[in-house]
Amino acid sequence: MSTTHMNTHGAHDAAHDEHHDTGGNTVFGFWLYLMTDCLLFASVFATYAVLFMNTAGGVSGKEIFELELILAGTAALLISSITFGFAMICAHRKNRAGTLMWLVATFIFGGIFIALELYEFNHLIHNGNGPQASAFLSAFFSLVGLHGLHVTAGLIWMIILFVEIVMTGLTGRALTRLACLSLFWHFLDIIWICVFTVVYLMGAI
Amino acid sequence: MSALLGKLSWDALPYDPIVITTLCVVAVAAFVVAFLVIKNNLLGVLWNDWLTSVDHKRLGVMYIVLAFVMLIRGFADAIMMRLQLALATNGDPGYLPPSHYDQIFTAHGVIMIIFMAMPFMIGLMNIVVPLQIGARDVAFPFLNNLSFWLAVSGAVLVNISLGLGEFAMTGWVAYPPLSGLEYSPGVGVDYYIWALQISGIGTTLTAVNFLVTVFKMRAPGMKLMDMPIFTWTCTWANILIAASFPILTAVLAMLTLDRYLDFHFFTNDGGGNSMMYINLFWAWGHPEVYILVLPAFGIFSEIVSTFTGKRLFGYKSMVWATASISILGFIVWLHHFFTMGSSANVNAFFGIMTMIIAVPTGVKLFNWLFTMYRGRLRVTVPVLWTLGFMVTFTIGGMTGVLLAVPGADYVLHNSLFLIAHFHNTIIGGAVFGYLAGFAFWFPKVMGFHLNVKLGKAAFWCWLVGFFLAFMPLYVLGFLGMTRRLNHTDNPDWNIWLYIAVVGAFVILAGIICQFLQLYVSFRDRKQNLDTTGDPWNGHTLEWATSSPPQFYNFAELPVVSDIDAFTDMKEKGTAYVRKESYAPIHMPRNTMAGIVIGGLITAFGFAMIWHIWWLAIVGLVGSIVTFVVRAYTKDVDYYVQPDEVARIENAHLDNVAKG
Repeated sequence: MSTTHMNTHGAHDAAHDEHHDTGGNTVFGFWLYLMTDCLLFASVFATYAVLFMNTAGGVSGKEIFELELILAGTAALLISSITFGFAMICAHRKNRAGTLMWLVATFIFGGIFIALELYEFNHLIHNGNGPQASAFLSAFFSLVGLHGLHVTAGLIWMIILFVEIVMTGLTGRALTRLACLSLFWHFLDIIWICVFTVVYLMGAI
Repeated sequence: MSALLGKLSWDALPYDPIVITTLCVVAVAAFVVAFLVIKNNLLGVLWNDWLTSVDHKRLGVMYIVLAFVMLIRGFADAIMMRLQLALATNGDPGYLPPSHYDQIFTAHGVIMIIFMAMPFMIGLMNIVVPLQIGARDVAFPFLNNLSFWLAVSGAVLVNISLGLGEFAMTGWVAYPPLSGLEYSPGVGVDYYIWALQISGIGTTLTAVNFLVTVFKMRAPGMKLMDMPIFTWTCTWANILIAASFPILTAVLAMLTLDRYLDFHFFTNDGGGNSMMYINLFWAWGHPEVYILVLPAFGIFSEIVSTFTGKRLFGYKSMVWATASISILGFIVWLHHFFTMGSSANVNAFFGIMTMIIAVPTGVKLFNWLFTMYRGRLRVTVPVLWTLGFMVTFTIGGMTGVLLAVPGADYVLHNSLFLIAHFHNTIIGGAVFGYLAGFAFWFPKVMGFHLNVKLGKAAFWCWLVGFFLAFMPLYVLGFLGMTRRLNHTDNPDWNIWLYIAVVGAFVILAGIICQFLQLYVSFRDRKQNLDTTGDPWNGHTLEWATSSPPQFYNFAELPVVSDIDAFTDMKEKGTAYVRKESYAPIHMPRNTMAGIVIGGLITAFGFAMIWHIWWLAIVGLVGSIVTFVVRAYTKDVDYYVQPDEVARIENAHLDNVAKG
């Protein structure tokens, strides 16, 4: 997905109806915000790396991870990134119906991911492996939960943007916001790939 | 625990006569201020022109007001501590019981760093950076307003802790397991957590805002290596904020989970690791000290260059020295806990990295000296602060290099030597810098000069008071006195503790002079107006505007072809040219969304502290809804019409012509 292309396009459109806070600045600022978010995740990752062996006599990752379930969730999240890409293509072609349709698809796949995560958390807590059980589980729930919280925020943002596009159409402002959410969504994918690798795959060895 | 009020009950009210007296004084002061505002019919002005303003200059002024208010609070803590230690010698318990004293030293640290120094720095940056790069405002004016109100929100929570409940008794670093639920079951640490968390998020947003501003909104022709040096140092400080504050956010969130949901990040049991907190805290905390001091270095550079009437010596080396300090600042955090017990090689690495920071700092110092060399230094108040800084900070830097030797640190760790060292760098570096910048840019922002006599008196009191208050602490450190003692029983220490308290009162005299200076200057403002906009014969673009600057800053964006852009314009004769016509100027509208969100987030923080869950939900959801409503708003900007621009510009040029 060529984000640079999208950005220049957004800035060009925004220049017409938004002189002060131009789209290019917004997307650049949002990108900087994502870097700060990346460091937030880095801190939690580092903590997980320090604490993941501290099981306090309880379960380790190997005993509780159900990789099939996680794989399904991962697939749903990766597919949602592709569908968001399609939404962006439609948006740049000024195809409102297409944009909205692909946003709905993205929302559904993102929702599936969250539902599977909630199922996993519920299952673990039910079996006495909640975040209070050990430092490992505290770090595990926090890292995965922090990502889940971000995805949830992205889903809420998607609803808000959906309403805006329905009401005002694909204005420059809406396109800029769509570009930001797109960056956010792909960013969360990259974070998830790290979580999937570091927490689940390496943990299951 | 009630569902309606959570942990809040009558027991939360203060019983300590000192606290009750303080609250009464604060209440009277608040009443007087409110009375004056209403009597002079200023409520509308306050709301429309200040509280809801998105103008970076006005936000800057409000940040500095916040910093001064919190300076009073933080300094009151300081003088109470010094008094206690001077009275509580030879086994005397003094007048402050340990539980109160512990809250005071915690509050002093938190307030001075997070709610005095940071707002002061961000205030100066807000006022000056957009002007120096020839921009009309920051990239995201509403976000700027929101950041301010988040900072206020944190400050309000700290101040509420004075009257309701307690503040943390852990020291400003709040190390677990002491700050965990087991050893700090009260609300003190929760006040600490939410005050820092909320204001920290505001600071992160500020950094993003200003980075976009300097990278995307510089005046035409201004390359990165043409940016004024203060803007450069602020830019590095913002990079440090963006790179380090998320770590603080993360570590505070983990402590929150430990305290609220029984997680085991930093607890003694369950496999927790409290050293992880200490590592993460200082991975933020060390860059934080450079966030404070780098902009101060930038202020000194501007002042030295302006008042010698010369171009800054070694501009490029100054920028690269700032860059080196910023990057090195990230790989020295472990020197805060050499005694953790890392291997000798790890300690050696961090010790050497720490010492290396002295090199770029030395480069800066020599650049200032070489700028002055063969210049004609006009000894004004900003220059006095600069000279005072150069002497004081050098001493602080040298004791820092001494502490960077792990072997020496094992002896001096947590002693008063350390306290003397960091006050030496933070007061002698950052605070002197901000006060220098305050004196330097005051006529620009307010349109009239500060009283010189009182300014000089304030400087000398601060300088003498500083040395009296903190040099004895070096001695006490060598004599073996550790930090955070409530009372002592060693006759050898007494004389140094007495000298230190005298120093604190001399500093108090300096602060009083500072406030008196504000009052006298305001009273006599009509005689001391700055009509030219360029009172010091300045080098950079902020002096190209009127004093106070037009709300749109520049009627036409200046075209820049030199580091000292305004000097260049004055030499070419393009500084004060009357234009035939002007283009309309696009400006953002004021908004009340920032202050509403700030209020709701304060309610959220307060509710989290006291476990009032319904209010927490209302506060959080309310602030998100307010933000979304603001996001949907279309009417967020307007145009200043050319005839109005022409009227304002011509009035300014007439003033300049009159001289």
